[in-house]
Order: sequence, then C-alpha cells, then structure tokens
Amino acid sequence: MPAVSKGDGMRGLAVFISDIRNCKSKEAEIKRINKELANIRSKFKGDKALDGYSKKKYVCKLLFIFLLGHDIDFGHMEAVNLLSSNKYTEKQIGYLFISVLVNSNSELIRLINNAIKNDLSSRNPTFMCLALHCIANVGSREMAEAFASEIPRILVAGDTMDSVKQSAALCLLRLYKTSPDLVLMGEWTSRVVHLLNDQHMGVVTAAISLITCLSQKNPDEFKTCVSLAVSRLSRIVSSASTDLQDYTYYFVPAPWLSCKLLRLLQCYPPPEDGAVKGRLVECLETILNKAQEPPKSKKVQHSNAKNAILFEAISLIIHYDSEPNLLVRACNQLGQFLQHRETNLRYLALESMCTLASSEFSHEAVKTHIETVINALKTERDVSVRQRAADLLYAMCDRSNAKQIVAEMLSYLETADYSIREEMVLKVAILAEKYAVDYSWYVDTILNLIRIAGDYVSEEVWYRVIQIVINRDDVQGYAAKTVFEALQAPACHENMVKVGGYILGEFGNLIAGDPRSSPLVQFNLLHSKFHLCSVPTRALLLSAYIKFINLFPETKATIQEVLRCDSQIRNSDVELQQRAVEYLKLSSIASTDVLATVLEEMPPFPERESSILAKLKKKKGPGAVSVTELEDNKREGGELNGGGDRGPDTAAMAASNASTPSPSADLLGIRSAAPVGAPPASTGSLLVDVFSEAGPAAPSAAVNDDGFLSSAPPSEDPAPPLSEADELLNKFVCKNNGVLFENQLLQIGIKSEYRQNLGRMYLFYGNKTSVQFASFTTTVSCPGDLQSHILFLNVQTKPVEPLVEGGAQIQQVLNIECLTDFSDAPLLNIKFRYGGALQNLTLKLPVTINKFFQPTEMSSHDFFQRWKQLSQPQQEAQKIFKANHSMDTEVLKAKLLGLGTALLDNVDPNPENYVCAGVIQTKSQQVGCLLRLEPNAQAQMYRLTLRCSKDSVSRRLCELLAQQF
Amino acid sequence: MIKAILIFNNHGKPRLSKFYEHYTEDTEQQIIRETFHLVSKRDENVCNFLEGGMLIGGSDYKLIYRHYATLYFVFCVDSSESELGILDLIQVFVETLDKCFENVCELDLIFHVDKVHNILAEMVMGGMVLETNMNEIITQVDAQNKMEKSEVTSVLA
Repeated sequence: MPAVSKGDGMRGLAVFISDIRNCKSKEAEIKRINKELANIRSKFKGDKALDGYSKKKYVCKLLFIFLLGHDIDFGHMEAVNLLSSNKYTEKQIGYLFISVLVNSNSELIRLINNAIKNDLSSRNPTFMCLALHCIANVGSREMAEAFASEIPRILVAGDTMDSVKQSAALCLLRLYKTSPDLVLMGEWTSRVVHLLNDQHMGVVTAAISLITCLSQKNPDEFKTCVSLAVSRLSRIVSSASTDLQDYTYYFVPAPWLSCKLLRLLQCYPPPEDGAVKGRLVECLETILNKAQEPPKSKKVQHSNAKNAILFEAISLIIHYDSEPNLLVRACNQLGQFLQHRETNLRYLALESMCTLASSEFSHEAVKTHIETVINALKTERDVSVRQRAADLLYAMCDRSNAKQIVAEMLSYLETADYSIREEMVLKVAILAEKYAVDYSWYVDTILNLIRIAGDYVSEEVWYRVIQIVINRDDVQGYAAKTVFEALQAPACHENMVKVGGYILGEFGNLIAGDPRSSPLVQFNLLHSKFHLCSVPTRALLLSAYIKFINLFPETKATIQEVLRCDSQIRNSDVELQQRAVEYLKLSSIASTDVLATVLEEMPPFPERESSILAKLKKKKGPGAVSVTELEDNKREGGELNGGGDRGPDTAAMAASNASTPSPSADLLGIRSAAPVGAPPASTGSLLVDVFSEAGPAAPSAAVNDDGFLSSAPPSEDPAPPLSEADELLNKFVCKNNGVLFENQLLQIGIKSEYRQNLGRMYLFYGNKTSVQFASFTTTVSCPGDLQSHILFLNVQTKPVEPLVEGGAQIQQVLNIECLTDFSDAPLLNIKFRYGGALQNLTLKLPVTINKFFQPTEMSSHDFFQRWKQLSQPQQEAQKIFKANHSMDTEVLKAKLLGLGTALLDNVDPNPENYVCAGVIQTKSQQVGCLLRLEPNAQAQMYRLTLRCSKDSVSRRLCELLAQQF
Repeated sequence: MIKAILIFNNHGKPRLSKFYEHYTEDTEQQIIRETFHLVSKRDENVCNFLEGGMLIGGSDYKLIYRHYATLYFVFCVDSSESELGILDLIQVFVETLDKCFENVCELDLIFHVDKVHNILAEMVMGGMVLETNMNEIITQVDAQNKMEKSEVTSVLA
C-alpha cells in the first residue's frame, strides 16, 4: 500500500492548485492568488471557529502560494494555535508552516517556545520529534536559551526512543551552531561520544554529525571518539553486504555512515595508539582493495556508494600524509578514475589529485598522470571538469614539467571558455615566473600570453613582466629583441604595445647594433602603432620617445618632428598635450648630461609578492588560498615572498587596490610600498621637477616611470577630505539616495541599497560643463582604522571611463561588505583634468554603521527586558542636544525609519517618546541596538539614549544621530 | 551541511524549496532562479556537480543535482559533504517519494507539498542528515499516515 494514497488530498486545495495551473498569464495568477489570500484572511478573521481540517487546508494553500514566490504576511498566529492542538494532523501542519515561514527574528518565538516545551515533555515520541524539528529549523537564540540545557538530557537518557534521539542529536547541533556559548557539553561529552557505539545505525548517523562539529571546535575533549570511530568503521567495512540489512544500499554496507566516520577522523591527526592505527590502516587497505573487486551490481548507485567511501578514504590518507604506501595506492586509484567513463568520477579524481599533489610523498606519483590530465583539459566536454584539470595542472607543476604544462595551458587558452580565461592567464603568468630558470623562457611565455589572450591579460600581468625585466639584466637584451619581433605582427594587442614601448624605451639600445632593428626602425615600428592606441598607451609611447632621444641622439630630429606636429602638441587630451610640450622642450633645452640623468634607466624594483598571485587569490575568494600554494611557499623557500603569511583580508585588500579603476593605481605597487619616500614630484609640472632637483636617482625614477605617471598626473596625493565632507555624510545617515556633492563642474549622485551585512552603491558622476573631463579616476579608500581590519570596500573591476564628455554622466558600482562595526566612513577620491587643471577632491562616502541595521519588532515587555540586560555603563551612550530641525512627528518618524531600525509603537509609556530596535549585521557578529529618543517640544531639546551590545556601536550611533534631529 | 534543497521542473517552476539557513523571501526566489539557470543549461551526461552561484555562498558551496524526467533535484551543500554521498541521498529521497506516492510524478509533488515536506523532514533536519535508511523513513511516514487516518475517521464517526 502506498504511504500516501492519491485520493486523500484536500479537494479545496486541489481545485485551487488546478486554477493556478490553468492561469494563462502571470497577471491572472496573481489575481487568483490575491483572491485566495483574501478568502483565507476572511476565514481566519471570521467569527466561525475553523475546524482542524479547514485550518490545515488553508495553511497548505498558504504554503503553496509561498512556494510560488509570494509573500505571506499572515496566518502565523493560526499556525501557532495549531501547535497546541492535541491532534497530530493539526499540530503537524502548524509546525510545517512555522518551519517554512517563520524566521528566527519572529516575535512569535515565545509562543512557539511554549508549545514546544509542552510537546517535549509530552513523552509522545511523535510530538517530541515534531518539536525538535521545529527547534532545528528555526534555531534562534531565544530557542537556544530555552532548550539548550534540556536537549542533551533527552539525547542521552536511557529511555529515549531511537527516533527521538536522532532528532535530538541534530537539534543540539543546530543550537550549537547558532549559540555555542549556550550549549555546554561538559558532563555530557563522554555519553555523546559513546553514541558512536549505539545499536541503532540511524542514531549513529545523526550523532556523528554532532560529534564531528563538536570535535572541530573542541578536539581535545572529544578525542576519545577516534578509537570508537575506527572500530565502528572497521565493523562496517568488514561486514558482508547483507549484515547491515536496511543500511545496505545497493550492496554497499552503510555508505553514508562510512563517509561520515572517515570525515570525523579527518578532524584528528593519525591515531597514536598503535593498535587503533593498525586497525584503521587495515580498513583503508580494505576499502582500496574493494575498489578493485568486480562490481556487485551494474547500477550506478552501487558504484556511487562504493566510490563515495573510496574518495573519503583517499581524503583521509591525504590528510594524514604519512603513509607513503597508501598515498601511492590512492594516487594510482585516482589515476584509474581519471580515465573512467563516468564524468563524475573524473571530476572528483581531478579534484582529489589536486590535494594529493601537494604531498611530498605523492607529488611524483601525481606527476606521472600529466598526459592524462592534459588530455582532459583538451577533450573534456564539461567545463567544470576542464576547470578541475587546469587546477590540477597548476598544482602538479614544478621545475621539471613547468615548460610542458605552461605550453599546454597556453595552447588551451586559444580555445578556452571565456569564463575561465582570466584565471588561466593568471595561472600561466604565475607558473612562468615561479619556475623560470632562464628568463628568456619567461619573457617568451608572457608575450605569448598577451598575443593569445591579450584581452584577459590584466594590468598586473604586464606590470609584472616589466618589473622582472628591469630587475634582471641578463634578460634585457633578449626581451628587447623578442618584443621587437612581436611588434612586427600587423595586428598586435595593445598590451603588447605597452610592453614594447616600455622595454624598447629602456633597453632598445641593446638591439640597436643590428641594422634590422636600428634606432629609427624601432621608432617607426612603435610609432606605427601609436594611432591605434588608447590615450594611456599613447602617453606611455610619448615617454618611450623621449627616452629614445636620450638613448639614440640620431633620432632626436625625427622625434622632435613628431612631438611638434599638431596632433601631439595640440592634442585635445591634456595629458598627451602636456607630455608633448614638455618632452619637446626638455629635448631642446636640456644638455645631454641633464638629459642622460633625467632619463636614466629605471632603477630595480624592490622585491615583493607578485601582485598576480594576490589577484588570483582574490579571484578564488578569500580563504581559498590552496594548500598547494602555501606548501609551495614553504618548499620554494619563499620565492614568492610573503605569500603565505598575509591574511586573506589583506591579500584581498591589496588585490582590490590593484584593480581599482584608477590608472594611477601604481605600476607594481611602488606607491603603496613607499609613498613617504617619494620625491616631491608633486609640484605640478614635470619640468620644474626635472630642473629643480639636481640629485639624479629619485626624481629620474619618477620621470622615467612613464605611462603610469602619465595617467596619474603630478600632485598625486589625494586631497584631504573636503571641509564639508562630514556635513555631506550626515545628510545620508537616514537616507540612501540623493545628491552627495555638487560644485560648478561636477555632480555626484548616489543610490544605495543594503541587505544584511552587504551593500551596493551606485555612484553617478555628472559632468556639468560642456568640456570633457580627462584622466577621470576615482579611488576608494578606508582610512585609519578601517584600513587594517574593518570595512572592506570592493570596487568592481570595471574601471570608470577616463573620459567624461561634457554634459555626460558615468556610473560606478561599489559592492560593500561590512566585516565588523566601524566608525570612520570610507573616502572617495576623485581626480580629473578640466581644461588642463587637475581637480582633486575627496569626499566621505555615506557608508555608516546604521546602514547594516535589520529592524527588530518586539513587544514592550521584551524591549524593556532587553533594555535592562544592556545595563553596563559603557553599553549606553546618551546625548542631550538642541533641535536643529523640525520636531514634527511625521518627519521624526520618517527619519527613524530611514535609520533602518524598527520603530516600535506602544512601547514607551510616554507616547511622545520614540523607541526603536534593530540588529546591526556585520560579518563577524551581530550587534543588538535599542534606541530611545525623548523630545521636549517646549525646550526644543532632545534626549537620545542608545544601548547596544557593543559599546563602540552605542557611541558611534549616538554621534551620528545627534546630528539628525 | 546542506544549505538548501530545491526541486523545480524543466521550466524552472519550483516544486519544493527548503532552506536550512535564513534568507529573505526575495533572495530565496532569486536563488531558485539562479540555480535553475545554472543547472538547466547543462547537458545531460556532464558531471552532476557544479560550483554554487553567487547567491548561495560562492566557492565553498557546490550544487549537486540529478535530473529525473521533468524534475531537477538540487542540493546545495558545503565542502563538508561527500559529493557522491549526496547523489545517493537524492536517490534515496526519490525512491522514498516513489514508494510513498506509488510511481511519483510531478503532480504528486504539486498536490502534496505538505507530504513531501514531511518525508524530507524524516531524512534531513536542520541541514544535516537524520536517516538514510529508506525502510526506516517509510515506517515513520506510514505511522504518521495512520495517525492522520485515525483522526479523520474519528471526526467522521
């Protein structure tokens, strides 16, 4: 008999669903739903008491409507009432509604908790399970407070039914995840660990998730679980396929539990006890052996289950990294899977091998599969699998195979999916640098990279090649020759022109002896690309030209001719024009000595972590720095210095700086590395600098640092924030959209939205003049405290257009994540040239802590109870101040709502007062905040009091808000 | 941990959504749409795993899915779960539904949302697996149905 017979559905529900399904349009559907909602609402509100069947029917309808994506804002109370019914059907539907529709902030929690309490003490296992499910689904702090001490008791009590034990274990796990401070295991620890020995496999299945989580947090207290887990595993692994009856899945005994046991063991180092270890090794060997046995069934489920265990066993072997014999066997097994016809297995094998590649015992064994992996990269139909193959090639790369792997990755790039090209480019660039024995290979590789995938070569990559060529004199001649040849191609990527211009400008003399690349030939070649390039590249080329004049006096006349022509000296772009004028002047009045000093070869760059690596880490997301990379850093003696010891935050921060749209974002991080020591290159004109400074080294470096300086004109340092910046900021505390700034030239509008600890801000820069803004760049920085740890702003990689036409508006999107609470607002620096004059202004971005509020509704009783809980003196901040704005009720209400908190009615005994509650969501924690504003209309004064669970937040909010009223 | 379990049909119509972490309704709908978009454009016989979309947690999360006739079953899980294990779990879920509904089809899920939730609740609780043994699950579901029947008949009597 089927468990659900088809006839017993509810007819009203079926009719409603059929109606919806017959709706021809979205509008019709919405109309039908609204009609139904009105119907249900009236039924709920009506005087006639509904019977359980009807309530159930309506709740089912609401669930269905919710599933279609419509908001349900009523019915909660009815659902809560159902909980206290004695009938299973009603109780059950009530719990279902709550688990789907009630979140942890709900004010109903107290009522729900009461019902749960009753059911938990009912000793009816079905009711107990329903209640435990509900706790696990909602998992709020209030629930943890109410039940965290009760549930362990249920879990370990001798007379608890197995099904209740299972639910209790997972319920406790959920509470532990939400409120670890409230779940005190102490006395229960050993009894919980012994659940691993339970007769009932279901209990073990549920308990092991709990134990794994607890072990991760308190490994010492739970370490006795290792021997128990090993013996349980050993019993399963050695059992015949029929021993475990129902827990045998397609002839594999208890696969899920085996996987979980193997995962649990991965929380610990190899067992110290010889006997336990011996038994475990035996298990692992058995699992590896079974993989070689003929399958007991042809069904894919059989092989899935068997291999699920096998992959977990291999993960454990890799985790231990101490049994060379097992590691090599694991590697061979994975090698077999690499050629398996099941795509899933190929995918997983590639993924596991990636971690295996970082073990010194198996690195060599992994390398033997190189041909297969390369083949996978070339032939796999599934991009997810190709991606894994590329990852593995990257992980298995070392000096011995770098040339082959890089060559394969390069050739793959020609046809690679767009979605993974950028990452591939970064990987190739990193491998090429890391394993370059001779740097001519490195130069070849990067130039190939630019040739094949120029569009995906980010600034960091070509900056890096220049950095390396400058720092290694053994490769400079080769680089000049190669880049000269590459530029011969009729169509070459602009990035190639940039590298070419820079390198020939520095080292063109090294190949000038060959008549085929004589100075004039070099110059003509570069100049033939000039007109096809964007402004920043042209600027770079102009600098290369002036360097040519120094390197090859014989080109002087030709180049001066070029600089003098109208298209340069009267170029509409001020930057280009300025360069042409200044370089022309410099070349005609400076003596050769001066010229030689000013245009001296670039000094070597300080060694530092490759900015490319930082970028790759960022692409992979913080925390995703692979083991391999860290291991490599150790092994390679820190060749990529400092790669491992930076926190993901700083790395990501560096990366985000590097990818700010601003072209002034330094070449190789020079400026961020040593901004203090920078020469006073900021006095405006280049010429002034050049002549006022006799000492050659520093200023010449500044001048030579050409294209990058170009778009980053003199007077580099961002201006200090405007005096009115704070005032502007205050305008946006209670609103998210509006005009942030306006002067005669520029208007900046803002639209922003926030959700939890995330925000997105759209900035609109409008050019109010009829003249183009050139070299328009924006930089966002988080000053002071923010820099090191707090707010982390991610400017999307799309740079703003450097040109803003007269009357035009451009848009920029900022993604914001609040990591922890903060007080200083991030700074926005904007630079552009208007009619030749550099405009440089800095504003405070209106990102304030209150933007991350989530409103919290609560009753008067709750409010004052919490108010009392937050009674430590430093948790409170208070200010009494004079009203600056209208004291009109509606205006005040609008402001308080704009603040992001919930405005609570009927809470304060004095109706004149306002109280609000909210939770500030940051990544690291949530800060509960209560606010009370007491106006005194007669005195035109306010008293503002804040109580927050974190004192710095109270103070900051108080400061911010005192300006608002 | 399992972060979400989604069932939708070949046209992206949701048939079941169960989130084990709190999202706003809007985000939930977006996640369903994004997931459908990611999963539905994949060929048959490519692998059953793909990295999660932006909404549901980025690179530590995977979508593990199976396509049965008109329905996609998608589990969104973090790296603490075995991929193949989850595939088996989906199979257990589907086989259980099949037993409970006798040759389950899309319509059964549409007209019995509550039952499907109940069956799922016997397998997964708060994002963790409660029970993998199909007979055990069905025993529980049967027991519930009996209780339900007895209550209905007692009302009628």
